[in-house]
Amino acid sequence: MDAKGSVGPVVAQAMHFDTPLKLSSGAVLGDYSLVYETYGELNAARDNAVLVCHALNASHHVAGYYADKPTEIGWWDNMVGPGKPLDTGRFFVIGVNNIGSCFGSTGPGSIDPATGDPFGPDFPVVTVEDWVHAQARLADRLGITRFAAVMGGSLGGMQALAWAQLYPDRVAHAVVIASAAKLTTQNIAFNEVARRAIINDPDFHGGRFYRHGVVPRRGLEVARMIGHITYLSDDAMAAKFGRNLRNEEYSFSFGVDFEIESYLRYQGEKFAGYFDANTYLLITRALDYFDPARATGGRLDEALAPVTADFLVVSFNTDWRFAPARSREIVEALLSTKRHVTYAEIQAAHGHDAFLLADRQYHGIVRGYFERIARRIGGGS
Amino acid sequence: MNSGLRPDLALISDWIAPGASVLDLGCGDGALLDWLQRHKGCLSYGVEIDDEQVLQCVQRGVDVIQRDIQAGLGMFKKTRFDVVVSSMAIQATHRTEYVLREMSEVGAEGIISFPNFGHWFHVWSILRGRMPVSREMPYQWYNTPNLHLATLRDFEDLLRSLELDIVDSAFLANGRPVSAFAILRATQAIYRFRRRGS
Repeated sequence: MDAKGSVGPVVAQAMHFDTPLKLSSGAVLGDYSLVYETYGELNAARDNAVLVCHALNASHHVAGYYADKPTEIGWWDNMVGPGKPLDTGRFFVIGVNNIGSCFGSTGPGSIDPATGDPFGPDFPVVTVEDWVHAQARLADRLGITRFAAVMGGSLGGMQALAWAQLYPDRVAHAVVIASAAKLTTQNIAFNEVARRAIINDPDFHGGRFYRHGVVPRRGLEVARMIGHITYLSDDAMAAKFGRNLRNEEYSFSFGVDFEIESYLRYQGEKFAGYFDANTYLLITRALDYFDPARATGGRLDEALAPVTADFLVVSFNTDWRFAPARSREIVEALLSTKRHVTYAEIQAAHGHDAFLLADRQYHGIVRGYFERIARRIGGGS
Repeated sequence: MNSGLRPDLALISDWIAPGASVLDLGCGDGALLDWLQRHKGCLSYGVEIDDEQVLQCVQRGVDVIQRDIQAGLGMFKKTRFDVVVSSMAIQATHRTEYVLREMSEVGAEGIISFPNFGHWFHVWSILRGRMPVSREMPYQWYNTPNLHLATLRDFEDLLRSLELDIVDSAFLANGRPVSAFAILRATQAIYRFRRRGS
């Protein structure tokens, strides 16, 4: 049903900002670059722009592929493209890499102009709100005063929520998928285990591993393995791997006996090969800190009072890391202030990962919602 | 009556004031809310559990919350609605009394439509030794989703026991209004009620 076209070959662009950005922590980022991609065309009224925010390990490369690397397909390519639920034939879609990340935007791996060395641990801790303010400056420069929608899954959904709260005049719709208005205790606990694995890796060198020419691979591998376990449901993991063995018999050792061990190690090794350890620390911290209701004594409805955007909130029934109950908290708060909100709870086997997969019902809901947005802005062809 | 709507929904829509905030429990494909949005400028939300119906609501631009109404209306309690509607759904709930109580807490006014089990044809069926199968209840006894069937008097008794006062009522026989001998002639009943003293 959604096996429509790709946006084709895409090119990442970079934009430099030299107006200092004051961060939530009080620190100031003097200047920085954001890497982004765009798909589709901005219409004459400039009201068909959709910002897609990324989660922990993704980037600005949302859809399409690179001409010189045709296998590097965007992380949400099944969602974004011509004829896809977020139809690039109607919408001008922007993917942006956040500051602190490791895919081109200014982050801990970038050179600190003050020292000539990579920032490493000196890169300031950034928050979801900081990202949103940086994204807003990119929107300014692209001539977009108001987004038809800001959309994201997981940590990306937190950014969409923060956009609607911080820039109510600039967001017509927010699409918040598999997300939460704050992490649960258990979720923070998982993040802390992942961070300790990285920090305790001798190759981490207090975050200055770049100058030692090493990468804290073991820490990153464990962090990723933990992440993977929590992104899948118990059932999905059992169905995919069961107790299957790599060989017929137990090895009576601590090597890889079970398929699941092999899978996790493979995922960990792959991840350690491309992801920056300092970025992992920063992004998990941004997840932990996100809590818009902290400023209103825990009252999310009060925190979201400035919101004027219409919302689509989606959760997945087997997602235990960003459980449906977390999404319902957002819905409840929006209802209490009589905002327009639609909420779908998708029956999907894959846990948190389901938000990246092409489930028929899920994509049908998102497609239907974007068709509604397109009707409103008259942004059809 | 409002053309294009199912007759009971058309009657319900007449009872809803322009601009009212409306919660429709078991909203199905969202037809009533769609109409209320377009013609009366109501701020409305549907509650529906079925995937296909939720999808239809989204496609027609009706705000829907996917939720089993029997899980309670907790997530709506911070919101005050002018009207809470439940059309042809209450008889399929397990905890009918609880749902009614919850409705009266969330909304200033409640409107419920349900199939009248006391319709003469049902009585006739049972006299002939068969469970009734009719337009409003097109199921066999072994596959019906209906759990709590009531006659008009039964339903009125329940409203009374919950201290809910009937503001309005209307009765339909196969989509047409009936008044005389409604107890036997109505296939559908629609009641509008408020909490006593409110």
